[in-house]
Amino acid sequence: WCSQHDWVEDMSAPAYHLILEGILILWIIRLLFSKTYKLHETYKLTEKEKEELIEEWQPEALVPPVSKDYPTLNYDVVTGPPSHKITINGKDCINFASFNFLGLLDNERVKQKALASLKKYGVGTCGPRGFYGTFDVHLELESRLSKFMKTEEAILYSYGFATIASAIPAYSKRGDIIFVDEAACFAIQKGLQASRSLIKYFKHNDMEDLERLLKEQELEDLKNPRKARVTRKFIVVEGLYINTADICPLPELVKLKYKYKVRIFLEESMSFGVLGDHGRGVTEHFGVNIDDIDLISANMENALASIGGFCCGRSFVIDHQRLSGQGYCFSASLPPMLAAAAIEALNIMEEDPDVFRVLREKCKHVYNALQGTPGLKLAGVPVAPALHLELERSSGSRESDMKQLRSVVDYCMERHVALTLARCLEKEERFLPPPR
Amino acid sequence: MTESATSKLLNGDICHRTSNGKKASKNGFVKDHSLFEQPQKYRRPRDKNQNVPHNSSLYKKPFVESFEETPLWVAVLTYMGYGILTIFGYLRDFLRHWDIEKCHVARERDEQKDFVPLYQDFENFYTRNLYMRIRDNWNRPICSVPGAKVDLVERVTHDYNWTFEHTGKVVKDVINMGSYNYLGFAENTGACADAALEVTKMYGVGVGSTRCEMGNLDIHEEMEQLVARFLGVESAMAFGMGFATNSMNIPALMGKGCLILSDELNHTSLVLGARLSGSTIRVFKHNNMQSLEKLLRDAIVHGQPRTHRPWKKILIVVEGIYSMEGSIVRLPEVIALKKRYKAYLYLDEAHSIGALGPNGRGVVDYFGLDSKDVDIMMGTFTKSFGAAGGYIGGKKELIDYLRRHSHSAMYATSMSPPVAQQIITSMKIIMGEDGTTLGADRLRQLSQNTTFFRRRLHEMGFIIYGNDDSPVVPLMLYMPAKIGAFGREMLKRNIGTVVVGFPATPIIESRARFCVSAAHTREMLDTALEAISEVGDLLQLKYSRREQALPSLGWMSEESLLQD
Repeated sequence: WCSQHDWVEDMSAPAYHLILEGILILWIIRLLFSKTYKLHETYKLTEKEKEELIEEWQPEALVPPVSKDYPTLNYDVVTGPPSHKITINGKDCINFASFNFLGLLDNERVKQKALASLKKYGVGTCGPRGFYGTFDVHLELESRLSKFMKTEEAILYSYGFATIASAIPAYSKRGDIIFVDEAACFAIQKGLQASRSLIKYFKHNDMEDLERLLKEQELEDLKNPRKARVTRKFIVVEGLYINTADICPLPELVKLKYKYKVRIFLEESMSFGVLGDHGRGVTEHFGVNIDDIDLISANMENALASIGGFCCGRSFVIDHQRLSGQGYCFSASLPPMLAAAAIEALNIMEEDPDVFRVLREKCKHVYNALQGTPGLKLAGVPVAPALHLELERSSGSRESDMKQLRSVVDYCMERHVALTLARCLEKEERFLPPPR
Repeated sequence: MTESATSKLLNGDICHRTSNGKKASKNGFVKDHSLFEQPQKYRRPRDKNQNVPHNSSLYKKPFVESFEETPLWVAVLTYMGYGILTIFGYLRDFLRHWDIEKCHVARERDEQKDFVPLYQDFENFYTRNLYMRIRDNWNRPICSVPGAKVDLVERVTHDYNWTFEHTGKVVKDVINMGSYNYLGFAENTGACADAALEVTKMYGVGVGSTRCEMGNLDIHEEMEQLVARFLGVESAMAFGMGFATNSMNIPALMGKGCLILSDELNHTSLVLGARLSGSTIRVFKHNNMQSLEKLLRDAIVHGQPRTHRPWKKILIVVEGIYSMEGSIVRLPEVIALKKRYKAYLYLDEAHSIGALGPNGRGVVDYFGLDSKDVDIMMGTFTKSFGAAGGYIGGKKELIDYLRRHSHSAMYATSMSPPVAQQIITSMKIIMGEDGTTLGADRLRQLSQNTTFFRRRLHEMGFIIYGNDDSPVVPLMLYMPAKIGAFGREMLKRNIGTVVVGFPATPIIESRARFCVSAAHTREMLDTALEAISEVGDLLQLKYSRREQALPSLGWMSEESLLQD
């Protein structure tokens, strides 16, 4: 009787307890049957709304309209061969505008060799290097170039711009650090962009600035030694800068290289075939051991009067590009007649080292003669074959500067001297050089 | 989630579609207005991709593409093969590290030993251990015109492909199934070569200046006008390198705030150009129009990620013929989509210009469409014209803009004069303007050769990918050892072929690729086919499980049936 009573008492719990439980049960039932809602992307467009959005959307024009009298829209048409005397728009002029440093563009021997190659191989190669596009002339040119530059190996590209733009991303990936001079040319900038590495610019030819950046980087490395052990660091400089026509201080760079353990990539498009006693470029000019430079890249379009480019260096470095250089693996190889022309030009360079001395003297002569021009200042060093004339006092707007320089160019062309405005893409260049 | 909602619409409930097209589904959403229906649930059991076009009314002739699926046992064996190679690779690396085995790999300079290593060890694992074993199949030097028959420089290796020596001998008259010589213009005699000779004598070889400074010769102007006429567009511009054409002009046209929709299997140059432009890139499945449509709708409806601002421009980037698959883009459907959603189309006709179409004008000609529908037509001169370089064609405003803003015109040297002349002459021949029927003959020969070659390979029981009309013929090998073996065996029989493996293709789908040319005669193709059949039997490459329609070689079809 007592246990029954206890049990009944236990059953009849306090009223509030039952009410609370009842409410909870009702709440659960309500939650189970209510509509679920999502916490993110809360809006769902109906089909009608989607269709309306699609109808309404208007893209921009594919290209913005270009005004008709834009200076570089209409190119000057050259009839006939682009050699020392050039015919522009019908006028015969002395050619001061092409990059024909050694005068090999209309050399008879070079032409004959190209003709012979054309008769043997035809014009095109119909394939990339990996798939029956490697000709014996390519192999010969590569070995000749590497012997000439006294390096172990050389690799050939079919387009000068693509040479450095493919070489940099082959070695430097995301997470690596590259120190670049501000006046680096556009091809280098594209290579840097493609590599996705961290880029640090130092002031043009300013070794203190570079040392400051390197010291900062060293301090960073000490904080995180594990990461520093796998981060590669490079310095990219040009031998003779296209944009400012002066030479980089190579011996100091090599000292910095060993002090801070960075690798050097040297771009010698303008200095190959120009500087140095035998034309080997800025390493010969300064007497630096060529093995100290990790990679030298140059294009053959300036001194060698052909088309294409090459990289040379130790096999350890160059061999990597044969599988990972994009402009090498995925593009057709250089037409064999252009390679044959380059071999012949190289022969001429090797036979007659006196031509470099002659070139240097002529450059000095022109430099001294142009020094005193009123209103224009000369940018560049005496040995540079490509000089820039800039306006002394800029009028403030780039457009009117360009127009003024254009009138200078036109005036010269009336007098049968061909000059050219150096072109660049305003929006794309990182550090815009002044108009010249 | 909107993603699941749209996929539900596209995937489910389609079976209820009535002839009116509109029917409310279970959730209350009105059926979406996509242009293309989802393929039916039933699929042919062994094909990966649908080869039936979804909107057949747009196609004037049958579009037959096939990508037969890998047989399961082959996939398993391939993975096993790679596994064994990897184990051996680790073993060899270990031996080399402890100097038990002689190391042929080039080493860093002693003065620079304490620098951060230039390459990470694992990056080169594949190169050192797998690629080196079969390296003799690539970079084979030749010493004659890359025509239908070619002379190879003989190489031997005494240390298992680490170094090569030239013996000085020449292997003559190797049938060339590897060069991109579709119309046979790689020749050193004939009208093209003569014209190029004249031009070399007159102009020289180099140019020495950029296009906008001093490098614009009259021969360039003539060539560009001819290219524009050939393509049927208002204006065209030519560049010195095909790769650079893509990588330098896409950034000039697209920028931040734009969207690029590119095919899965696009060429490296297109991918590089898209990356350099700074736009957002979205990838759609290869030649799959539903995937593309879905991406387009999502992009327009939702705008840019996170800010939901509308996109400035949308560009669809496709290729005419995909060189590794042999497939042709479904151009009518792409153009219909483009018009519906107001996107722009960039068509890269590197392999298809000159090779497809009754008049050789490329994939636009092949489908019989209007070239004004394609906004930007790009192509290269390397393949069908026997020259080098690339071009872009389109409306006059586009080309004027490119003349002003293209990176190549500003900074890179212009094309060499004899190369330009070769393009002019070969294009005139194809168009028939030189007065002979040589162009038309070659086009006909190419399409006949393609059809014959593909049909015979199908009959033999190989797995061939791609469209029936494309002159690029990939033959599946799958296993890593067969890559090397195929290349070498074919060379023994005096036929030069191209084999491709990882990383140009997915890891188990390595293949041999043949490029049919108009310069190949029937006898050459027969010789090649016999040799391929022999090697196929030797290496057991006849994987195809299809029933053969024509039991021309009775015992061979029986063998393929037995594999089921």
